[in-house]
Amino acid sequence: MAKYVAKRIGLMFVSFFIIMTICFVLVRLLPNPNVAVVGGMDKQVEAMREAWGYNKPIIVQYGIYLKKVLTEFNWGITTSLAPKYTSVVSIIAQKLPATLLVNLLSIVVSIPLGILFGIYAALKKNKWQDQVISVLIMLLISVPSYVYAFLVQYIFAFKLGWFPLVLKSGTDWLSPEMIHSAILPAMSLSFGTMAGLMRYTRAELTETLTSEYMLLARTKGLTGAQATTRHALRNAMVPILPMILGEIVGILGGSLVIESIFAVPGVGKLYTLSISVRDYDMFLAIAMFYVFIGLSASILTDISYGFIDPRIRMGGGKNNER
Amino acid sequence: MSDKTNNTIQNVDPSKFRFVQKDAKLHDMKFETKPVGYFKDAWYRFSRNKGSVIAAMIILALMLFAILVPMFSRFDVRYSDTHYNYVLPKNEFLAQYGIMDGCKDFSGYNQQLYDYYSSIPGAVVEVYDSYEITDAGRTNTYYDIKMDTYAKVGYATVALTKAEYEALAAYEQESGRQVMYPIVDKTKIKYASYQQDINVWYLHDQKGKAVYDENGNFQNIFKKATDSDIEIGNVMQVNEYGEWDENGEYMVKKYTSKNDGNTYETRVLYNEYYVYQHGFEPCFLFGVDSFGKDILVCLASGARLSFLLSISVSVINLFIGLIYGSIEGYYGGKVDLVMERLVEILYDVPFIVVATLFQIYFAQKVGTFWSLLFAFVLTGWIGIAGRTRTQFYRFKGQEYVLAARTLGAKDRRIIFRHILPNALGTIVTAAVLIIPGTIGTESMLSFLGIVNLQTGNTTSIGTMLSAGQSSLSTYPHVIFFPAVFLALLMICFNMFGNGLRDAFNPSLRGSE
Repeated sequence: MAKYVAKRIGLMFVSFFIIMTICFVLVRLLPNPNVAVVGGMDKQVEAMREAWGYNKPIIVQYGIYLKKVLTEFNWGITTSLAPKYTSVVSIIAQKLPATLLVNLLSIVVSIPLGILFGIYAALKKNKWQDQVISVLIMLLISVPSYVYAFLVQYIFAFKLGWFPLVLKSGTDWLSPEMIHSAILPAMSLSFGTMAGLMRYTRAELTETLTSEYMLLARTKGLTGAQATTRHALRNAMVPILPMILGEIVGILGGSLVIESIFAVPGVGKLYTLSISVRDYDMFLAIAMFYVFIGLSASILTDISYGFIDPRIRMGGGKNNER
Repeated sequence: MSDKTNNTIQNVDPSKFRFVQKDAKLHDMKFETKPVGYFKDAWYRFSRNKGSVIAAMIILALMLFAILVPMFSRFDVRYSDTHYNYVLPKNEFLAQYGIMDGCKDFSGYNQQLYDYYSSIPGAVVEVYDSYEITDAGRTNTYYDIKMDTYAKVGYATVALTKAEYEALAAYEQESGRQVMYPIVDKTKIKYASYQQDINVWYLHDQKGKAVYDENGNFQNIFKKATDSDIEIGNVMQVNEYGEWDENGEYMVKKYTSKNDGNTYETRVLYNEYYVYQHGFEPCFLFGVDSFGKDILVCLASGARLSFLLSISVSVINLFIGLIYGSIEGYYGGKVDLVMERLVEILYDVPFIVVATLFQIYFAQKVGTFWSLLFAFVLTGWIGIAGRTRTQFYRFKGQEYVLAARTLGAKDRRIIFRHILPNALGTIVTAAVLIIPGTIGTESMLSFLGIVNLQTGNTTSIGTMLSAGQSSLSTYPHVIFFPAVFLALLMICFNMFGNGLRDAFNPSLRGSE
């Protein structure tokens, strides 16, 4: 197992490095708006460009970039975004709490609800409750999250006035007002996750409920509820838990659209902004942040399979040896 | 020994042989029923699934909507008339029954606002309620009214040439409809906010409340042509071009424009002027957005673009994915290993990064549409390739493939004639599901403004959504139609895809 984990992590860094190289080259080949400033560049930009080797060949530039990233964890400075000439990493760190707050709220709501509804639908399979939940799943999965966002915003913020329109500004992340204003974005985010979990739980549980060990459990005298919780549910959770883990890592990335609709000052918003004002260092840093999140989520999912169900040997050879 | 057996078998008199089953009926010679092929079976199962069939029909209807509406509409995407910003959906036929009549309810209008709108012909359709509220010793009257958003547009000033003016005057004579209205005497406007307002034509006090005459009617403040006016240049030739009514008020103000020739500035009731210009009543089935564009035709054009993009992406991805996956799956081994690594790296690049880079790089060179198409294709085929690969691993070891190879079939023939047809079902399903995914992502990107597809005669659903977002509270219809369209499309495509998946699933064969 340890060997497999090490191999996966090693491969992840190789992938990360290749993607970073491609992105770096592509971004550096772009025309930089700061060069085109009439009447010469800002002195600080000039100094920055000199320090980062912008006037040298692209391979040398990449060497400098890599060296700064690896030794100082310095991903560059902002050139167009509001607090100019500040470290990109510090700005991303500033924006993370808002994204985390909204996404954590959504995860806290959607995971238990999704699993519960999924279990309920599986237990009531082919009855009207199951039909209703199936239709709900279909609706929630198909319709894009921003359409819900509009709906939720219109109904709960405009018509009923229960929640504020957009996220409260400020940095008091855990104050009641802040959480109150984060409910709507969290709600719009959670529908999709919830529906995915509902569908998955329902499918897995119906399969385990009809398996033979359930019959055995009933035969040896367990009640329906006992057999379901002790045998069916545990086995059904095997593929669901890794999925949840993946979700949790994914929340760091946030959602571009939801953050834009509810004015959440998060990473997604920063990313969209960095594209529109052409702040390339910022763009590259956030893009690599997303790549990292995606890669680590997939690794975590894969590895957790092995921990949750010892029968699964990830990366095992044909004899399934360790 | 061998001689003896030979003797026993070969030396038997042929006449002693007889056919065992010459007249017996063989029951397994022929199928009693017609053979059902894979695709026929799939079609049968699909048509039994009512939800999917309905979804497929709705998709077809939406596609027809996207194709036909821009062809037959009176408007196009370029059309914009900012006078009609935010007017509500209206249909002349349904309006008779009180549905989609372009009216909106407003409540709590004070006397000034009520006077303002009731002075515009047709704007106030119905007064539901009027009530008095006493606040800080003052009693104010408030009104709940039903307002026609089309009539609410009110008056406008238009500048005409002499020929245009004369044509308009002739039209008025001929049709008996009044288009031009007298010009207002600005000196009589007492309420500061009304100074620049073209709609105000009635006598009012300093707070904007109308001063009625003894019968409760508005009193006009139309400009009277005095002798001194006539002497000043701007109304010099009022007798020639202006029209006097019986009270000596004139309807047209003439002034010499800076450029050349003469311009007639006249005050018109915009709805009537619209009828004069276009030959039909202003009437927008889905209403108008914040830029004065017809939502119906914009939505249809946006849908057209979405369909065009997503179907091309789907077809190209299917093509690339099939070839790539076939080679991977069929040859396996080292070829597979190398090709899978390439796929892994491409797969790990977040789409949003790809889309942005393509957008920054190619949008100016080849156009937004093409750059977006390339971005979708770059990583989009991976899903199809993976599926094809798995299917090939499944089928390539089977006996019929071995048989084909034994008979001398070449690789290409085995791939395309023997394995692919069997694998096609699931792959086609995956390709169909690319369509809603692409549409969703495209509208998300254009909503965020990362991609701008709004050029010339095209627009995109995402752009419409982001335009409607600002007026979500006051005019939800702007965002309603694109949102509903998108939601409906997504739901139908998913249902259709599910139906296809079940239909092509061989393990479900004969289960119904």
